[in-house]
Amino acid sequence: MSATDGSNQPLISAKGLRKEYGAFTAVDGIDFHVNKGESFGFLGPNGAGKSTTMRIIAATLTRTAGEITVLGKDPEVSGPEIRAHLGVVPQQDNLDNSLTIEDNLYVYGRYFGLSKKYIRTKIEELLTFAQLEEKRGVKVEALSGGMKRRLTIARALVSEPEILMLDEPTTGLDPQARHILWDRLFRLKEQGVTLLITTHYMDEAEQLCDRLIVMDKGKIMAEDSPAGLIKKYSTKEVLEVRFGSDRNAQYSDQLRAMCERIEVLPDRVLMYSDDCEELLHQVVLAGMAPTTSLVRRSSLEDVFLRLTGRTLVE
Amino acid sequence: MVIKDLTRKGSLQIVDVPKVLRNGSLYIAQARIWNMLQWKWSIAGEAFANPMFYLLSIGIGIGKFVNAHQPTGVDGVKYLVFLAPALMASACIIGASNEVMHPVLEGFKWNKNFFAMNATPISATQIANGVLISALARALFGTVIYYSALLIFGGVSGLRSLWLIPATLYCAAAFAAMMLGFCAAIENSDLLMNIVNRLLIMPLFLFSGTFYSLSTMPKFLQFIGWLSPLWHATEIGRWISYGHHISFLAIAIHFAYMTIMLIVGLRFAHHHFKRRLSK
Repeated sequence: MSATDGSNQPLISAKGLRKEYGAFTAVDGIDFHVNKGESFGFLGPNGAGKSTTMRIIAATLTRTAGEITVLGKDPEVSGPEIRAHLGVVPQQDNLDNSLTIEDNLYVYGRYFGLSKKYIRTKIEELLTFAQLEEKRGVKVEALSGGMKRRLTIARALVSEPEILMLDEPTTGLDPQARHILWDRLFRLKEQGVTLLITTHYMDEAEQLCDRLIVMDKGKIMAEDSPAGLIKKYSTKEVLEVRFGSDRNAQYSDQLRAMCERIEVLPDRVLMYSDDCEELLHQVVLAGMAPTTSLVRRSSLEDVFLRLTGRTLVE
Repeated sequence: MVIKDLTRKGSLQIVDVPKVLRNGSLYIAQARIWNMLQWKWSIAGEAFANPMFYLLSIGIGIGKFVNAHQPTGVDGVKYLVFLAPALMASACIIGASNEVMHPVLEGFKWNKNFFAMNATPISATQIANGVLISALARALFGTVIYYSALLIFGGVSGLRSLWLIPATLYCAAAFAAMMLGFCAAIENSDLLMNIVNRLLIMPLFLFSGTFYSLSTMPKFLQFIGWLSPLWHATEIGRWISYGHHISFLAIAIHFAYMTIMLIVGLRFAHHHFKRRLSK
């Protein structure tokens, strides 16, 4: 318990953390720490090593090398003691399909050794929180994707965890369901729950994370707050222009000379500048009439592109 | 709509880790039994129908024929009495192995529920033990029903025959432990089902001295019986039920064999549960 008694020690701390599967290196010697009450994100494309890192933190995967402590303990030595204080929401819902919503919450509470009386009361709260009161007696197999996701999150909260770990929490959800979920996660954060989130959606990372690391091929490419990352690795604004697939590449030299940096994607060219309205004006003046154009503010997607030369969702 | 925030004391206050370390296997068993109760009618139906079919067709049907040609009986008793411990043991073994096979496939592959269990303080070892305990709970249910049917049909009698229930369960535990390890080791589920049903369960049933004494078989086939937990259980069962003549040493060997199966099976299961859950 020492690490959570209000001392300044981080809740999670990793140094040179490494995981190899034969010749393949999934996590390549990364360092990071997570403080209490923080909402910490792992941003990166599929296969970046985010889920592997999460499972090592969750004491369900052994590391090949490096050091890690979670709540002041080594996951390989104190697995059950660490897992007792984690709420885990895996990428794939792994609910008990043949049990009802209520029974899923109940048996899960029992796995933490919680008393029957406590769980019964908690179930009521969780059903309201997940907006599933009316479905309490329904078997999981009959639920929609969004409901299953909410139930998986509710299940992870039955033990009032210190750290809530969410692996791609909103993948496969419609926009409305995503916003409901984000709202629930904010509430938890306000209550002092530490959130650990992996995502390949930059809007999600921007919305939810106080601080994040950008991962690619098992390595950490950058670490900061979303705003800090954008400031450090991108311009204030981005101009997206389309000229048609042949001319995108043809104009690239000319466009590059007009701004700080450009990225030529198969379908469009991204131009980075702090004043993109002006930039667009110059592009048009130079006689390159784009078929479509869009001025937007920089996002984490641009940071990722800058750091890796690739887009997040490919 | 206004959503109330969750009340919160925090896991550091409410989660009792030593309690989970003590009772985790039982929590898993309880969840498994709840799951089984979804199929209660099919489980109960099988528990009742299985003894009825076998006792009517083989015990009474074939029994009449056997008894007519063997006035002294088989092994000195009526055919049904000879058959009873073996039928009971095989039903018990099959019931228990069903409950380790299906949940293992489901837990690791179909809905990955074992990973959810293992995300709590519960360990891989406790999950394996819990699955085995729940399988034995089902086996106990089936065994009691079978025993009652045998009482009605005259396949067992006397207080001493009640010992058949724990002896049969012990055998089911040994076999189910091996199956648990085996199912956890094999990751291709179709292959697993085929091996188990065609190459394991059927031959065990047919070559374990179930319908006639193992010594009637040619020597080269007898070894199947020696390896089979069913034969060991049947020998002990016959000794308990009607005093089938075997030496004290033989009884000790039968028990020792099942004990080794139980220990080796569990060790194997623990190893593969840990391996697959931490992959």
